[in-house]
Amino acid sequence: MVSIKEALEIGQEEFFLAGNSTCAGCGLEIALRWAMKALGPNTALVTPASCLNVVVGLWPKTAPNFPFMNMAFAAAAAAATGVSAAFEVKAHRFPGKVWEKMTTLVFAGDGGTTDIGIQGLSGAAERNSNIIYCCYDNEAYMNTGIQRSSSTPHGAITTTTTLGKERYKKNLPRIMAAHDLPYVATCSVSEPLDIYEKFKKAKSIEGCKYIHILASCPPGWGIASEESVEIPRLAVKTGSWILYEIENGVLKLSKKSKPLLDPSKRAPLIDYLSRQKRFSKLSEKTLIELQERLDLEWSKLADELSCQEHNQ
Amino acid sequence: MVEAQQDIIQKKETKIIKGNIAAAYAAKSARVQVISAYPITPQTTVVEKLSEFADKGEMPGTQYLKMESEHSVMASIIGASTAGTRTFTATSGQGLFYMYEMVHWAAGARLPIVTTISSRGPAPPWNIWADFTDVISCRDTGWMISFASGHQEIYDDILMSYKICEDHDILLPKFVAYGGFTLSHTSKPVIIEEQEDVDEFLPPLPDEKGWPHIFLDPERPMMHGNLIMPSGFYNEFRLKIHFTHTLAKQKIKDVSTEFEKKFGRSYGNGLVEEYKMEDAEIAVLNYGELAMQMEDAVDDLRNEGYKVGCVKLRYFRPFPTEEIRQIAKKVKVLGVADRATAFGSPTGGPVSSEVLAALYGSGTSTIILPIVMGLGGREVGLEQQKNQLKVLNHLNETGEFPKDMIEGTFWDGLLEVD
Repeated sequence: MVSIKEALEIGQEEFFLAGNSTCAGCGLEIALRWAMKALGPNTALVTPASCLNVVVGLWPKTAPNFPFMNMAFAAAAAAATGVSAAFEVKAHRFPGKVWEKMTTLVFAGDGGTTDIGIQGLSGAAERNSNIIYCCYDNEAYMNTGIQRSSSTPHGAITTTTTLGKERYKKNLPRIMAAHDLPYVATCSVSEPLDIYEKFKKAKSIEGCKYIHILASCPPGWGIASEESVEIPRLAVKTGSWILYEIENGVLKLSKKSKPLLDPSKRAPLIDYLSRQKRFSKLSEKTLIELQERLDLEWSKLADELSCQEHNQ
Repeated sequence: MVEAQQDIIQKKETKIIKGNIAAAYAAKSARVQVISAYPITPQTTVVEKLSEFADKGEMPGTQYLKMESEHSVMASIIGASTAGTRTFTATSGQGLFYMYEMVHWAAGARLPIVTTISSRGPAPPWNIWADFTDVISCRDTGWMISFASGHQEIYDDILMSYKICEDHDILLPKFVAYGGFTLSHTSKPVIIEEQEDVDEFLPPLPDEKGWPHIFLDPERPMMHGNLIMPSGFYNEFRLKIHFTHTLAKQKIKDVSTEFEKKFGRSYGNGLVEEYKMEDAEIAVLNYGELAMQMEDAVDDLRNEGYKVGCVKLRYFRPFPTEEIRQIAKKVKVLGVADRATAFGSPTGGPVSSEVLAALYGSGTSTIILPIVMGLGGREVGLEQQKNQLKVLNHLNETGEFPKDMIEGTFWDGLLEVD
């Protein structure tokens, strides 16, 4: 774990610069800043259609001070595969240069990942393309005006689910883990040092790495800008968003989530949901049902971990 | 000249290979650095042959990406080209349609990507045979589009394409199209040039810094493709692509001349190839394999005393407007034969519509007869093409159009229906 002193040092260097056009309290910005602190300047970023396309700055202004490529919605993982292949070609042709140290990073929203981008992502994962694919998950199409995605949670109001979403959130990290990836991790923007450490680890691993970050969106979630760290922290505390790593198939709960295996350590789900306007139409019955589903998910997780331990 | 060419040819390695295999050999000769592909009939043997080369270690340092869709293929090629490598892919019909979003992207990003199309008819109903509607659907994407009419031309045109596309004044992508099965799966002798000669002919592979205008380099961080407001340079960027097409016409001619000097094979002025047009009164313009067969039809009718000629359109984009105007001036009647559709256009075929547009304001009184034929691989035989010439001759002599014209277009070779 990174010490406070180290964290302060890490915190100094910025790669996604001030003056970008994110909303106040944007979770994406926290996620990208801390990911880049871990990856450093020898990184090329590919982003599909998403808020990130816009917040990097309108032409000719640009906030990232590292190579950055905008891409079509469904195409980020594939484009990154091509970039990574080109770096490999160049590393071979020009040995001892920066090319062998390059990291190819995708930073995509939940729509670009769990919906339109899933084919390309699945392809890159199956090929084990040497990239880090990061989904910053604000749980709807925020850039186009808060429409539901397959990552939108049950009951959330969006502009296309005005009564609250009927279906449940797609569990993409687990789908990615099923691709037999060397590294899968979940993060929350409320835990920047956890983001830092997980990207550091991902950078050191060859092959396709997948990191899924819960990223708050004040206008999309119906929260105040100053709550954009507190609310995702509640998602972690209630166990609604679980922080873990799956390294070569081995599941490990991260520091903030591990104690929550004990149900008494988990804050009630309502603490997280009631603070957000997007859940304002949840009925009492649905709230109870969601708490039951969450408890069941945790007991399955406990079973999985004990089974894993038994087999080791 | 002919004897000199024969001499050169006899010394060289000739293989009897299918058109698709010629395309694979061309990619290998061009030392492409990143290949990305997804299988589709009738393109498959291009990428199979490249796999074979790669697996045998004959393409050291080349990355071969086996993608999960054509959309991802072009996305990966865009990524690899942006990062400064020479790239290659191949597709057909539906695959090109699925790729289409990224086709626009590649041109907008000004990347010198070369892609071959084994053309096939669009579905439904399912069709896998020669029909250029696929590549012609990319008319307005900013890509250059050429047609190869024979096996050797597939190999040669791919080599020329890299020289044209990678020219620092051009930097645009290009399709090389040829008929599915008619060329992709038939075999003919093809000269595979010596590697050192190809290396001399082509520009060097991009250096460490990548292309002059575009790169992914941490020492020179650059943002690619971010949002531009209507008041920004969007219109001007688009106009630059148009100007580059105009500029490319001369570049294509120059490269064609250089190619002839180096390898002894010529393709007209690069944009069009004329055949027996000196004293022709009537002529037909074709593209792809039927342009080559038309030369035999012209020979046969010349033996019968007809003053006929034919024209091979090598480039659809950029469109050789000046050449078409000059050609039209030479004859009284010009047939324009499309193996492609342009539903709802002024004529039934896409190229005949272009020819008519090119002639507007040129003061020509030449009669243009649009012909549509051979869609979805329907056979167009030598006799049928000879008959087309006779129809044009009849039009020239009597002023009578064929009886079964449909809305100004001669749909040749339709089945009889009640």
